Amino acid sequence: MTNLIIAEHDGKNIKPATLNVVNAANAAGGNITIAVIGNDCGDAGKMAAQISGVNKVIIIDSPEYAHGLAENFTPLIVKMAVDYQTIWGAATTMSKNILPRVAALLDVQQISEITKVLAVNKFERPIYAGNAIATIESNEKPNVITVRTTAFDAASADGGSATIEKLDGLGDKGISSFINAAGSSSERPELTSAKVVISGGRGMQSGENFAMLEKIADKLGGAVGASRAAVDAGFVPNDYQVGQTGKVVAPDLYMAVGISGAIQHLAGMKDSKVIVAINKDEDAPIFQIADYGLVADLFDAIPEFDAALDEL
Amino acid sequence: MKILVPVKRVVDYNVNIRVKADQSGVETANVKMSMNPFDEISIEQAIRLKEAGIATEIIAVSIGVSQCQETIRTALAMGADRGILIETDIAVEPLGVAKLLKAIIDKEEPELILVGKQSIDDDSNQTAQMLAALAGWPQATFVSKLELGDGSLEATREVDGGLETIKVNMPAVVSVDLRLNEPRYASLPNIMKAKRKPLDVMTPDDLNIDVTPRLTTVNICEPVARKGGVIVASVAELIDKLKNEAKVI
Ligand SMILES: Cc1cc2nc3c(=O)[nH]c(=O)nc-3n(C[C@H](O)[C@H](O)[C@H](O)COP(=O)(O)OP(=O)(O)OC[C@H]3O[C@@H](n4cnc5c(N)ncnc54)[C@H](O)[C@@H]3O)c2cc1C
Ligand SMILES: Nc1ncnc2c1ncn2[C@@H]1O[C@H](COP(=O)(O)O)[C@@H](O)[C@H]1O
Repeated sequence: MTNLIIAEHDGKNIKPATLNVVNAANAAGGNITIAVIGNDCGDAGKMAAQISGVNKVIIIDSPEYAHGLAENFTPLIVKMAVDYQTIWGAATTMSKNILPRVAALLDVQQISEITKVLAVNKFERPIYAGNAIATIESNEKPNVITVRTTAFDAASADGGSATIEKLDGLGDKGISSFINAAGSSSERPELTSAKVVISGGRGMQSGENFAMLEKIADKLGGAVGASRAAVDAGFVPNDYQVGQTGKVVAPDLYMAVGISGAIQHLAGMKDSKVIVAINKDEDAPIFQIADYGLVADLFDAIPEFDAALDEL
Repeated sequence: MKILVPVKRVVDYNVNIRVKADQSGVETANVKMSMNPFDEISIEQAIRLKEAGIATEIIAVSIGVSQCQETIRTALAMGADRGILIETDIAVEPLGVAKLLKAIIDKEEPELILVGKQSIDDDSNQTAQMLAALAGWPQATFVSKLELGDGSLEATREVDGGLETIKVNMPAVVSVDLRLNEPRYASLPNIMKAKRKPLDVMTPDDLNIDVTPRLTTVNICEPVARKGGVIVASVAELIDKLKNEAKVI
């Protein structure tokens, strides 16, 4: 068998990131198995079987997999890996946490965040915050790969009819446990898959002022992001951060508001289709990569932009 | 309790990266090199644990060319107690780094390893997880809050959905994220004192570890550059462009 994809899911639904990984695996060729590992994850497993191009789904539904603990996931994936040529995951915090641990036990060098599949063992990946692109060839058996989801189209979520198998869990390793999670729940689309992202930086001055961006995001059906400086200052939660060490986004429209455009920020958004920058400093580096730049005080421009959207 | 902190020498985060004309790599000649920013955070955390009376000794380890001694000296000037350089001209991959660090663990028997979440040069984000795997220890990655207890630690992790708190047994490997702390600068007297702190030098061979790279780098290229855009004069013009030219609203 060729490709084993570790699914991203919440028990009920397969997350969009997995659809991008399916297409990356398609580009490498061969048959595709998806592993849905979790607790109470039967629904997600059924959903995975609908994905176009998937041959087999293996559901491992057991309490020790409830919270994504790497210590419990790793022995299971290592055990499954012997049958496959390539183990795939999305470059999300879940797979970034687990797959290097898997790779080390398989004694293979993982290939992180690929952006292109050139051949079954040849890939492109960005390094130096995306300021250079490395072409990598691997003879590892198996290859363990994480995929930058924004670099691949999504496979169709339906039209497939994969067979479903079940496997038993391997039990709790008993060396780690989950205590709690504090999510910033939002009705807005997920940052990494939104068609429109409007991000605020240090120039926003406060968390309250982000309400201005939220209003616009809601009118455009978009998500709200932020620079590291805005997160560090406590304006918005950590999961808003876009950049080299935050999330990578590539929406149709990215608006950077009160963001200077440090390379670490650009690393997370410069593959967006259309970039708008609103900044009062005409020398801000963000203007060098913006398709449309507006030199203005955001506290004037943003309310005006918001009002103008109502006129459309 | 001993704490081990790997520190990597990387191109400074403020440097504009230039790809070599022959596509063999990025230009590092006459380029400012610094400690990987995440590793400064690890060192800072280790020092705070020592100041709190929890840690007894902080060992900074670097793997790479002999100039990595400067990186170790920086860690010593911040407050680490001694350094180990594993000297090699090979650009060691995360798996190799993890194997070398595992060999150091076997010798030094630390109870906690504080690793950076990610190198800002190769952007791999692998070493901590691999080291934990090889040691058979639990891991807490992308950590922005850390509390040590008796035989275990509690860590708050920055994940895609927000924050998550886990508890892991010690010894453990922790990978640190940006918001864990703000690293201190070394004072001049401490920089002077650091010159006299012990620094051992060894090679991968001394540790019996094969660090031959597994992956082949075919080439390193410049990314496709975005073509420059336009400055619009007003919000009205911006709206017009987005609607009628870019067709994104
Ligand atoms: C290891 C490492 C990793 C990093 N990872 C990331 C990352 O993932 N993501 C990230 O974003 N950063 C990251 N950074 C930080 C990065 O280097 C910058 O410090 C950060 O992006 C700056 O955020 P900012 O643009 O909001 O703030 P600043 O650079 O302070 O810019 C604020 C901008 O707002 C403008 N402004 C102020 N007031 C107004 C107003 N009223 N109207 C209009 N404009 C206004 C100013 O002109 C200025 O250009 C990282 C740094 C390091 C060292
Ligand atoms: N050559 C090295 N020397 C010392 N530490 C390293 C080295 N390579 C990686 N590390 C450690 O591993 C972390 C993550 O690196 P990486 O897995 O390459 O992204 C770094 O922040 C360092 O703490």
